[in-house]
Amino acid sequence: MTMKEVDVRGLSCPEPVMLTAEAVKDAAGPVKILVTEPHQKMNIEKYAKDHGKSSTATEKDGYFEIVIG
Amino acid sequence: MDLSDSKKKLALAGVICGLVAACLAFMGNPANMAFCIACFIRDTAGALGMHQAEVVQYARPEIIGLVLGAFIIAIATKEYCSTGGSSPMVRFVLGMIIVIGSLVFLGCPLRMVIRMSAGDLNAWVALIGFILGVGTGVFALKKGFSLGRAHTVGQVGGMILPVLMVGILVLALIPSLLKVSQAGPGSMHAPIIASLIGGLLFGAVAQKARMCFAGSIRDIILMKNFDLFSVIAGLFVVMLIFNLATGRFVAGFNTPGIIAHSDHLWNILGMYTVGFAATLAGGCPLRQLILAGQGSSDSAVTVMGMFVGAALCHNLGLAASGTALDAETQEIVAGAVPLHGKVACIICIIACFVIAFTCKREKGR
Repeated sequence: MTMKEVDVRGLSCPEPVMLTAEAVKDAAGPVKILVTEPHQKMNIEKYAKDHGKSSTATEKDGYFEIVIG
Repeated sequence: MDLSDSKKKLALAGVICGLVAACLAFMGNPANMAFCIACFIRDTAGALGMHQAEVVQYARPEIIGLVLGAFIIAIATKEYCSTGGSSPMVRFVLGMIIVIGSLVFLGCPLRMVIRMSAGDLNAWVALIGFILGVGTGVFALKKGFSLGRAHTVGQVGGMILPVLMVGILVLALIPSLLKVSQAGPGSMHAPIIASLIGGLLFGAVAQKARMCFAGSIRDIILMKNFDLFSVIAGLFVVMLIFNLATGRFVAGFNTPGIIAHSDHLWNILGMYTVGFAATLAGGCPLRQLILAGQGSSDSAVTVMGMFVGAALCHNLGLAASGTALDAETQEIVAGAVPLHGKVACIICIIACFVIAFTCKREKGR
């Protein structure tokens, strides 16, 4: 099964966290989030932590990839 | 360094910013204006000759410091990211709307909180409008509102506003070049160096804490998240203590000398406009300056819209007047919103609705 992917790169607040929340709520397994800006990466990681989920961020070429478990 | 990972740190950030605002008010800024973004952009636009209202012309170093403080801390902590291209003209219009709404109420959301802490009940009335405005913006977001994606652009793009701010600072230091009010709110200011340092500190802390007045209410409504509200609460408490300790706390409506009016409907509608437009733009006037400092050309365009909107407010007679004491008769003259301002406010609300329900998120994302 392919991991659900949500591309929030370049979107304004609060869209990245909103779309992440929707995806995590609907997904059965881990969700991959692509995000550009460091402060939005932190917001998404914080969202995951606040909702009892683990998250792993990897820096890619000009963006971050966060996998929420 | 991250101030946004706990409510205690966020509240501390609010306390620091509150102390900056209180110190600047103590050193000469208009008491319950202290650190108003809309008022200070309006004053700076006046200093540059964009409008001719002689009592509100002064290049406020606080605005310059905010952008530069955010810029420096973003570079230092590797958060600087030069981006642009997310509906710039819509953002320009939203910037204009934010300032028109602010000057109908007489203050941005930051000043609303400062006024609330000084006992100005008009600001508490306006808070109703602000919450409703943010709520309407949240409703639009849930219905799929989006201004689209920003993209990474060349490093120079994100540095233009900070460089322009340095330019204004240099011009302000040349005697007799920019306009400077000799009376009225524009003539009341802390020493330039104090204002600049205060702005730099406020900007840096606001950047690390993600301080946003619209965002704080938005996150409560949207996600029941009180993190950003902690910052505002910290700032409010400090300003409340300052106002009580210095005898500046006066609870009531129609208080002369505090640059406010008691036109309740228009206090509500003014801040409704600000809350709505700021939610659509992704942040309050303060947040737009901070985002512009950390590299967002889109927020820089919003800031430019705020400058033009502020100039229009005074060129076209849209801004409200504050309740004042007539020096000759010693009678209180109630402040009011002029007819042009009321019409402009209604047009702004209609424009917000059009933007909110026509700009939609890409499908399949």
